[in-house]
Amino acid sequence: MSIWEYANPKKFLATSEKVMPALWVSSAVLISAGLIWGFFFTPDDYRQGSTVKIIFLHVPSALMAINAWFMMLVASLIWVIRRHHVSALAARAAAPVGVVMTLIALITGAIWGQPMWGTWWAWDPRLTSFLVLFLFYLGYIALWEAIDNPDTAADLTSILCLVGSVFAVLSRYAVNFWNQGLHQGASLSLDEKENVHDAFSSPLYVCMAGFVLLFLALVLYRTGTEIRARRIKALMARERLEA
Amino acid sequence: MPDLGKYADTVLSAYGASLLLLAALVVLTIWRGRKVRREMETLEMRMKRNG
Repeated sequence: MSIWEYANPKKFLATSEKVMPALWVSSAVLISAGLIWGFFFTPDDYRQGSTVKIIFLHVPSALMAINAWFMMLVASLIWVIRRHHVSALAARAAAPVGVVMTLIALITGAIWGQPMWGTWWAWDPRLTSFLVLFLFYLGYIALWEAIDNPDTAADLTSILCLVGSVFAVLSRYAVNFWNQGLHQGASLSLDEKENVHDAFSSPLYVCMAGFVLLFLALVLYRTGTEIRARRIKALMARERLEA
Repeated sequence: MPDLGKYADTVLSAYGASLLLLAALVVLTIWRGRKVRREMETLEMRMKRNG
């Protein structure tokens, strides 16, 4: 069996419909469990008070905002190299999920930053690169909508995705590249001094796993929708030709 | 409900906004998916009928 079998839309739809119920249920269970654990059963931080509970939404959404773009990059490269339509449609399907994840990370970051830093926003390297990533997501979605020919749209959005990857990398590593700004380093690290306390990291891992599964469920579902929408266009074009 | 102290509004607004956005994303995804599936089935049936 080869992974390229899933480039066949029928095979992709049949397989994704089999795994999707498990993905929806497990993501709902993990996100609910992680948020209930984090919100109700973790202590306040000695410096940040109860605002630390925002970490259970902020970190998983930021993680998915960056990784959604990388998934789009891989799918776009597959399109550019192998011309599989399903991969181009999967990239298109992931963009609205990525934009919502980026928006959640930006909003929760601003709400958290206000009492901790004394400001909603600062032109800090990580915050700024995240805002640029958000704008790239909007541009990517707009470009898909603006071009009628789906192959041309897939080509151009793939190039945009490649360019935007610079900002996805910067969003992740800006804190390491520029040792300035308000945003702290990674919350989860192998370095014990840098890592958040176990009381917070365990529910955080549960939430992160839930967000990853939710992303997968949403992208599979949305890719199925894109495949069907493309088939509708093809059928309508055939109907017009025959009329 | 845990005692969130002076940051209650901050924490609750972060949770409220995030859960609202997540719920909207899931609902809109499923709504559009069902709509497109219905349209495709209708079109396929019509084309089958018309030969």
